[in-house]
Amino acid sequence: MQGYARAAALCVLGGANAMNQQQADIVIVGGGGAGLRAAIAAAESNPGLDILLLSKVYPMRSHTVAAEGGCAGVIQAHDSLDAHFDDTVAGGDWLCDQDVVDYFVRHATEENLRLEHWGCPWSRKPDGSINVRAFGGMQIERTWFAADKTGFHILHTLFQTSLKYPGIRRCDEYFCTDLLVEDGHCAGLLAIDMRSGEQTLIAASAVILATGGAARVYRYNTNGGIVTGDGMALAYRQGVPLRDMEFVQYHPTGLPGSGILITEAARGEGGVLTNREGYRYLQDYGLGPETPPGQPQNKQMELGPRDRLSQAFWHEEQAGRTVATERGAAVHLDLRHLGEQHIQERLPFIRDLARTYINVDAVHEPIPVRPTAHYTMGGIQTDRHTATCLPGLYAVGECASVGLHGANRLGSNSLAELSVFGRLAGEQAAERAAQGLAVDPQRLRPQAEAQAAEREALRRANGPERLAVLRDEMAGAMEAGIGIFRVPAQMTATVEKIAELKARYQQLGLKDGSHAFNTEWLQAIELGFLLDVAEAMSHAALARQESRGSHQRPEDFPARNDALFLRHSLARQQQGGATEVSWQDVVITRSAPGERHYGGKATGEAGR
Amino acid sequence: MSDTIELAVTRYRPEQDTQPWEQRYTVPCSDDMSVLDALNYIKDALDPSLSHRWSCRMAICGSCGVMVNGEPKLSCKTFLRDYREAGVLEVRALDNLPVERDLVADISGVVEHIEAVKPWLIRHSEPPVDTAHSQTPAQMARYHAFSQCINCALCYAACPQFGRNPAFLGPAALTLAQRYNLDSRDEGSSERMPWLNAEEGVWSCTFVGYCSEVCPKDVDPASAINRGKVASDINYGVNLFRLLRGKGDA
Ligand SMILES: Cc1cc2nc3c(=O)[nH]c(=O)nc-3n(C[C@H](O)[C@H](O)[C@H](O)COP(=O)(O)OP(=O)(O)OC[C@H]3O[C@@H](n4cnc5c(N)ncnc54)[C@H](O)[C@@H]3O)c2cc1C
Ligand code: SF4
Ligand code: FES
Repeated sequence: MQGYARAAALCVLGGANAMNQQQADIVIVGGGGAGLRAAIAAAESNPGLDILLLSKVYPMRSHTVAAEGGCAGVIQAHDSLDAHFDDTVAGGDWLCDQDVVDYFVRHATEENLRLEHWGCPWSRKPDGSINVRAFGGMQIERTWFAADKTGFHILHTLFQTSLKYPGIRRCDEYFCTDLLVEDGHCAGLLAIDMRSGEQTLIAASAVILATGGAARVYRYNTNGGIVTGDGMALAYRQGVPLRDMEFVQYHPTGLPGSGILITEAARGEGGVLTNREGYRYLQDYGLGPETPPGQPQNKQMELGPRDRLSQAFWHEEQAGRTVATERGAAVHLDLRHLGEQHIQERLPFIRDLARTYINVDAVHEPIPVRPTAHYTMGGIQTDRHTATCLPGLYAVGECASVGLHGANRLGSNSLAELSVFGRLAGEQAAERAAQGLAVDPQRLRPQAEAQAAEREALRRANGPERLAVLRDEMAGAMEAGIGIFRVPAQMTATVEKIAELKARYQQLGLKDGSHAFNTEWLQAIELGFLLDVAEAMSHAALARQESRGSHQRPEDFPARNDALFLRHSLARQQQGGATEVSWQDVVITRSAPGERHYGGKATGEAGR
Repeated sequence: MSDTIELAVTRYRPEQDTQPWEQRYTVPCSDDMSVLDALNYIKDALDPSLSHRWSCRMAICGSCGVMVNGEPKLSCKTFLRDYREAGVLEVRALDNLPVERDLVADISGVVEHIEAVKPWLIRHSEPPVDTAHSQTPAQMARYHAFSQCINCALCYAACPQFGRNPAFLGPAALTLAQRYNLDSRDEGSSERMPWLNAEEGVWSCTFVGYCSEVCPKDVDPASAINRGKVASDINYGVNLFRLLRGKGDA
């Protein structure tokens, strides 16, 4: 039993209350697409830097791995950067910062090509050139894909490429619990080495948060268990605003029960959605006229934007026209007309997922699907160069709000965001690190020790409340109040519920008092993060008294209100813990707010 | 059809236990419940002290590998319904790896092997980033299966050779080397050859083939290694030829 003895020895070495100390030029929290791209950019722009990539899972486990459909970038001759710009801004219901969108569309293709040069196996046309597919809300095909495992291939390509830079070292399975702030600058962080349970202080000139989304605040979601909004909460606790948190995207096609995603590419390839009568109901919701099965039209029917599709499901369910399954109401995603060969070539993972998790072969039967929480458009407020208002702290990827997605993200823009802004974050942090602004770790020690003591207290907490119960109550409350449609009484109830849960969280009791890989302890810390994120989301949702993009209030504020709310919301945690919501103007350069046109109306109007 | 099933889980908590021990849990059993669902049920409802890894629950992140009734499996892609007959599921950490705690195997050695084979695209000169290399679907097909590896390490738990000698690079690392060697855009196979050729490289494999059997992603590492042997042979032949002709770079 040699294997067991080695672990025991490690723990004895670890001891209980020791605190390790490390220093780096840049520390990046998160080994997903955004964090890895930032690390590579920092190493390329300054090979002399000591770059520490820290992640609570091995980088290739990060949830970027689950992205299926594709990654945007203009490449066809008849496409244009303006068209990508227009689709993104209209898709975001004009809440995007247009200078940011402009930068994004100008750099997305270059980043996709760079991934190609690093080995990413983008799907090809027979002549060997890059192939692109249609995606919801995009008027021209510009979604690069690697079969239906695009995120998997991007993540592994980035991880493997990162290995060739000697400047990048890693702390795998280190869990960041706190940011350290000295003299108004972010000067490092505190993390738990999960293997031993030891706390580690890491001092750095620059910290980049790349911790991903937060859809685990919802009960039914497409996210992995690790997607718990950690970075958002870490920043929020330091007084950094969380921006546009009310905008949460429901993906229209998740598997009922588990929420596992069936990619939009299934519709891009020609799949259709039908209700219990076999009727393609989307034509009743302003997305028609009906397109022939297998011949999808950009921005029409099944290729309308996600918010509209999820809302249409909700109405169908109210009208009793959904299909009843063992795992709740659903509609049918029908791929049968595509034929086995096409499905196997373009959507092999989807076929495998449907077979494995609900015992449906998409070649012979329609797949039952329903909307599930998917993506957080909002996040840590940054400027257009990924810097937060706390000097030394940068944020990038799904945890950040750089201003790209507005009120609704278009599918395939977020993978491209990881590269475009990940690179920028790495370069910005490298520039700062070159100025050598690091704080002596010794000076950070007192606050690190105070925070470490709090974490230790949580590990030994023996109150009456149970972790799983609080987590489920939170997820249920968010689903009820801050879901696809938001009604006033439910929203208020959710705000109150989250406050109640935060109080009960102080009474938590944990059963496992140990140090080594104590996942109960880590989950308890994650629940603390989730509750902060849920709080910011629900307060921002209540404050936004209009309907825009994914934020819909059909009962009290059914229309968009540009006069009052063509602004970003900023949720801030005040000193005493209360949440305050304020507003920030949207940057508008060349596209004046208009109506979003989909279905037949979109044709010829370039989405304006 | 019983609606519960028993899990016999091998526990090991390094701070308390000197030896691994077995703990039994009774969990609900329905047709769509995976072994991962059962472990999460235990964690939430029965015993929060049980530690296991998971994230995506859709067989793509590679976190959740465990031994189920002696076979390496992704717990999120293994279903209780398939063990109803057996009545009991024995679940333990992946074989052939040190155990950190309970079902958490130490995979750092496997990751080091993966890192060792230079798994990135190697080019003699980097062309400007304004166009893509051409690669036809047929060229991609040569390495495509080998690029599907999720680094779950099930194949390491299955490999008797790795069990005897943890220095053996093992199935996933050797497959990854092949993935790049076979990529039409790559020019680095000669740099990877020393790894493939080394004592811990392809020649250690005795072609048991169990790695390919347990692989949840149809990567077929055994065939990658076998092709590596051929490549390694050819490389050996070429070097010998050069030596004989007096070219000193062998
Ligand atoms: C199922 C699914 C499919 C998708 N498909 C598409 C698609 O087709 N196209 C598209 O454009 N977008 C898609 N998206 C969205 C896109 O994949 C994500 O927005 C993006 O991958 C997020 O990347 P990231 O690098 O920001 O975060 P992640 O990949 O989630 O990485 C976060 C990292 O932070 C680390 N971390 C988090 N907290 C801590 C902590 N406390 N301490 C240490 N480390 C920490 C994690 O370990 C991880 O390494 C999809 C999303 C999902 C869920
Ligand atoms: S080759 Fe297969 S079994 Fe081995 S690590 Fe890769 S995916 Fe897992
Ligand atoms: S949980 Fe990701 S592979 Fe099983």
